[in-house]
Amino acid sequence: MIRMIVHRLLIGVFVMWGAASLIFLVVRAAPGDPATVLLGPDATRSQLDQLHASLGLDRPLGAQYLSYLGDVCRLDFGESHWLGRPAMGAVLDRLPATIDLTVTATVIAVIVGLTLGMLAGARPGGLLDRVVSACTIALQSFPTFWIGIMLVLVFALTLRLLPSSGVGSPQHLVLPAVTLSFPFVAIIARLTRTSLAETMRESYIQTARSKGLTERQVLFGHALRNSLIPVVTVVGVQVGALVGGAVIVENVFAWPGLGSLVVEAVANRDYTVVQGATLLIAGIVVVLNLMADLLVAQLDPRIRTGAV
Amino acid sequence: MTPAGAGTARENGAGKTAPATDGPILRIDDLVVELPGPHGTRTRVVDGVSFDVPRATTVGLIGESGSGKTMTAHAVLGLPPEGATLSGRLLWHGEDLLAADPARRRAVRGREIAMIFQDPLAALNPTQRIARQIGEVPRRDRLPRAEVNRRVVELLDRVGVPEPERRMRAYPHELSGGLRQRAMIAMALAGSPALLLADEPTTALDVTVQSRILRLLADIQAADGLAMLLVSHDLRVVSHVGERVVVMYAGRVCERGPARDVLRRPAHPYTAALVRSVPAVRTRTALADPLPGAPATPANRPAGCAFHPRCPMARARCRAEVPEVREVAPGRWSACHFAEEVPGS
Ligand SMILES: Nc1ncnc2c1ncn2[C@@H]1O[C@H](COP(=O)(O)OP(=O)(O)O)[C@@H](O)[C@H]1O
Ligand code: SF4
Ligand SMILES: [Mg+2]
Repeated sequence: MIRMIVHRLLIGVFVMWGAASLIFLVVRAAPGDPATVLLGPDATRSQLDQLHASLGLDRPLGAQYLSYLGDVCRLDFGESHWLGRPAMGAVLDRLPATIDLTVTATVIAVIVGLTLGMLAGARPGGLLDRVVSACTIALQSFPTFWIGIMLVLVFALTLRLLPSSGVGSPQHLVLPAVTLSFPFVAIIARLTRTSLAETMRESYIQTARSKGLTERQVLFGHALRNSLIPVVTVVGVQVGALVGGAVIVENVFAWPGLGSLVVEAVANRDYTVVQGATLLIAGIVVVLNLMADLLVAQLDPRIRTGAV
Repeated sequence: MTPAGAGTARENGAGKTAPATDGPILRIDDLVVELPGPHGTRTRVVDGVSFDVPRATTVGLIGESGSGKTMTAHAVLGLPPEGATLSGRLLWHGEDLLAADPARRRAVRGREIAMIFQDPLAALNPTQRIARQIGEVPRRDRLPRAEVNRRVVELLDRVGVPEPERRMRAYPHELSGGLRQRAMIAMALAGSPALLLADEPTTALDVTVQSRILRLLADIQAADGLAMLLVSHDLRVVSHVGERVVVMYAGRVCERGPARDVLRRPAHPYTAALVRSVPAVRTRTALADPLPGAPATPANRPAGCAFHPRCPMARARCRAEVPEVREVAPGRWSACHFAEEVPGS
């Protein structure tokens, strides 16, 4: 168990290093120059050179990379020249809005997805199973932004039940969170269904029935917990995709979170904010993956005792 | 009340009635199990099986793999595969379980009829400690927690698990194969059943452990006066502990009778071939003589006697006419047209 945690933490450090390096290269490979954006199209050559020097962009890429890694290790994410303040401060200001959005979406996805998956998987091939399967396939085949726009058309513009964008009240959270949750409802429902149907074919389920348990007792006493093990693993992995979906949803609904900040920062060629936000997200994903692993170990004694 | 014959071996004692205590504890009467096959067909995997399990007796059910032994046991337990249709009668103390409602079927499972499965690692829930699984039936019967724990320790001790207080806290994967099967047996005993269905209880175990588990089952059966249906494809298993034996082939009964007699002087060519295929049973034959050909499957069961393509004695009548199970000698029943001619019978 302890070995597993240490192992996962080491992998986490490796992932963080990979994320830091990747984002460093990506922002620099993208077309456009921060100095040009900051100073405008009329800036002179010497003004640009001066700004490059003060941003450290005149040095060779390798040197920039090493000092960037050193700064990151000291949790120094640099000054944002665009916002004129420490980059991480700006990122952390936007974090709560994204947490509101993603946590709400996750809760919706877990509750709705597990319920649908259980209903479908308890009787594979039944009517409920076929209805749920059709719905989840439909949900998964539409892109997130399209679902968002459709929800806005129906609930905000036609029915006028909910605000279409912005923040200010819990109602504002509904449409973006629901939109973000949709693909995850589908993933969790399908996975739970498959896993539960598979578990119900296990030998030990027959054993449970041979003890005279009712189907409900078999389901809740033996099948459900075991069928959740692969679901938790995948949900942990999918959290990263959820954050990716948040970037799109925040921009569709003008939600002031990390996702919209990153898009604005990219438009302004602000490397420090993009790097800071990406590393923060990567860190959160690493921690959530570790939590999912711990939960799986909690559910499966074979992993807890190192048998698998 | 009980349509039982006078003696356990005489099953067709038509018109005779006896008190429930005299009859067999379980009478399987013309059991048919049909499974959905390809293209809407139905496959008879159990085809008119009849035999008795007398009280406090071990009955061995043998036959090659695929002969319908497991399906028969699962039908008795009331847990056939999805889509199966059952007909015939399963008389449990004279009560027809096939006609019983689901609640009554459930009440019988685990408490009156319990099952020991083939592969204990697969048949135990990997995420629950064995104490929880063994104590499940008593717990569901609302026995107090301390009482349940005491019973679990007692059961584990009974089936020969050393240090039961410590071992009860183990998960299945933390136990050896032999201990797992012992835990499985303890679990089957937890509801104090009157009939144990043991489906290949030693097949998944090491050879060295097999005989110890068989001895344990025989001891418990004798001590508690249990009835036991011991299912195995291995004649040696049944010859060690079975008092009576039922031989199945392609979903039908070939032969049944007292174990010693059936194995010494088979009254069916299939039984004779099975016996010849095992060196240890017949000391006179030095070498084992494997069965020729492949077992018939219920899906394409040969016409007439299902064994005829492999039978050294087969003749025209065998291909045309399904042999009835008939009493060929007192207490000896065979489904062979020419039972009297089987060598050594
Ligand atoms: N779940 C199932 N669905 C369809 N056919 C099955 C199933 N289980 C067993 N069978 C078929 O039923 C027949 C009898 O099987 P079984 O009772 O398991 O035999 P045995 O226990 O004697 O080896 C076999 O031909 C097998 O192929
Ligand atoms: S009935 Fe015929 S084929 Fe069948 S076992 Fe007897 S002799 Fe062989
Ligand atoms: Mg079997």
